[in-house]
Amino acid sequence: MSVKILGKSDSFYDVYERRPGTNKKQTHYCPGCGHGILHKLIGEALNDYQVAEKTVFVSPVGCSVFAYYYFNAGNFQAAHGRAPAVATGIKRSLPESIVISYQGDGDLAAIGGNEILHAANRGEALTVFFVNNAIYGMTGGQMAPTTLIGQKTTTTPYGRTVANEGFPIKMAEIIASLESPVYVERVMLADTRSINAARKAVRKGIKNQIEKKGFSFIEVLSTCPTGWKMTAPQAEEWIKSTLVKNFPLGVYKDIAEQVEPLNLAKNLASLERVPRFLGLVQDRLELDTSKMKLGEEIDQEIKIAGFGGQGVLSLGVWLSEIGMREDLKVSWIPSYGPEMRGGTANCHVKLSRSNIGSPLVTQPTILIAMNRPSLEKFEDDVIEGGAIIWDNSLIDVAPKRSDIRNIPIPSTQIAKELGNTKISNVVVLGVLAGFTDFLDPDVVQRVLPIIFKKKHLLEINLKAFQKGLELGRDLKN
Amino acid sequence: MTNARGFVAINVEECKGCKLCVTACPVDVLHLAESFNTHGYSPAEYEGDGCTGCGVCYYACPEPGAVTVYKNWAEAQVAYICQNKKVISSLSLVDPIKGIAKCEACGEQVILSNISNLSFAE
Repeated sequence: MSVKILGKSDSFYDVYERRPGTNKKQTHYCPGCGHGILHKLIGEALNDYQVAEKTVFVSPVGCSVFAYYYFNAGNFQAAHGRAPAVATGIKRSLPESIVISYQGDGDLAAIGGNEILHAANRGEALTVFFVNNAIYGMTGGQMAPTTLIGQKTTTTPYGRTVANEGFPIKMAEIIASLESPVYVERVMLADTRSINAARKAVRKGIKNQIEKKGFSFIEVLSTCPTGWKMTAPQAEEWIKSTLVKNFPLGVYKDIAEQVEPLNLAKNLASLERVPRFLGLVQDRLELDTSKMKLGEEIDQEIKIAGFGGQGVLSLGVWLSEIGMREDLKVSWIPSYGPEMRGGTANCHVKLSRSNIGSPLVTQPTILIAMNRPSLEKFEDDVIEGGAIIWDNSLIDVAPKRSDIRNIPIPSTQIAKELGNTKISNVVVLGVLAGFTDFLDPDVVQRVLPIIFKKKHLLEINLKAFQKGLELGRDLKN
Repeated sequence: MTNARGFVAINVEECKGCKLCVTACPVDVLHLAESFNTHGYSPAEYEGDGCTGCGVCYYACPEPGAVTVYKNWAEAQVAYICQNKKVISSLSLVDPIKGIAKCEACGEQVILSNISNLSFAE
């Protein structure tokens, strides 16, 4: 007759050296906590499948944050709720490893609700253990997304109400409704029979990953005797009498048999291909920089402000692009509201011969104001002797300052006459090139085809630039 | 020993006295001790007889190393590497309640649940 010892699995450390304090033989969990039972089931499975060596746990924020004290396996501690994202990264870079995301209900269903949905939807080849005890255990028994209607917690002292806190979230059902997951089951740790069923689910979840089947999600209804203010046996009874009625057990999805194993080979770009991915490889513009005429006043700090949609940010990008072609140091940072059109937008552009310390432009040498609020807001910031270029076809007030160069340009009106109000920013670019010394019109005209790749756009933009250039040269003289 | 087919050893210092094994045991051979361990818990204790080796208490227990169940203990010859005499010895139970056995080679008493290198011959 075969003899078997059911004892501490080799997946656990003999002595929990990582645990601070003197008690290195016991876990930190409260007496009767379901975490310990699930730990044992996982540890046993890892041992039986002989995969503990290549297993990486991603432990959450919650009571099981200290899982790395106990498991003799790899461990990552993720930010609150982010375990599925971290696990995704680990699994993709180490496809042969067994990656287990072990999360509680506060972690997975509340702050990490988004993370788990998308990891599941992508069908990452992970095994996720979701410990649902209907409460925030570690922080002292607050309401979790899974707290039952009427259940009293420290944050729902009169019981959870639908009107105030909504219904408990059923994660297994939600995950099972997605296409990608291969295995979704809800089990409980409440008595011999249910623990045995949980043991089977745990093993299946891990086996699925060993067989590269895809995303497995096991929701485990577990006890929190401390948070529920019960003894451990009472807590198990409460799972059976109450919790399980709200969270029905069962296999919600199992297509592991039908799906083919995933091809988890690393698909990493070779280093040579990275610059192209990042858009760093561009058609080089051959310029004879020795002939370039650069003005004395080369350290320009430009602020461009207006409505979103006026090309305020684009103008800044072009100036930086042109500056780079002229071998200047450049910086550009945008600042805008959430609207794509409408709202206000501005950007900070620096062009310099020397290194740029900060990209922020607090005292512009040139302010380009495309609407009235921008002119009024930034007028006072312009340095003495600086210039304000403003669109007098849109702005009905003039700058009040006399110590600056006042350049009104009806750029929107000009753009409209040329056939498209969207090119008013190109008119301004022309004015800048004509009026100042730091932009070489030749360079700008050779950069414009790089910016406007479509031919019909290029034509009208070149026209707008020429118009602005003439205006700028007139102003200079 | 009467008709016990298995044997259960409780590691007193790892047990937290949550009583889950006591309520789970189908043959009621576990109870909480009157005494305390060093952490202040009353640990589970084996009656000393009647364990069937079913393993229910092992899975009910949340503590990874607190419960060790030896299935088919009665039929098996327990082999044990005696650290003192450096020979393969066998163990005989001295105190089944506390899980203490005696090494047949050197006569020293050992706590069963602390031994990881037990093997069984049939």
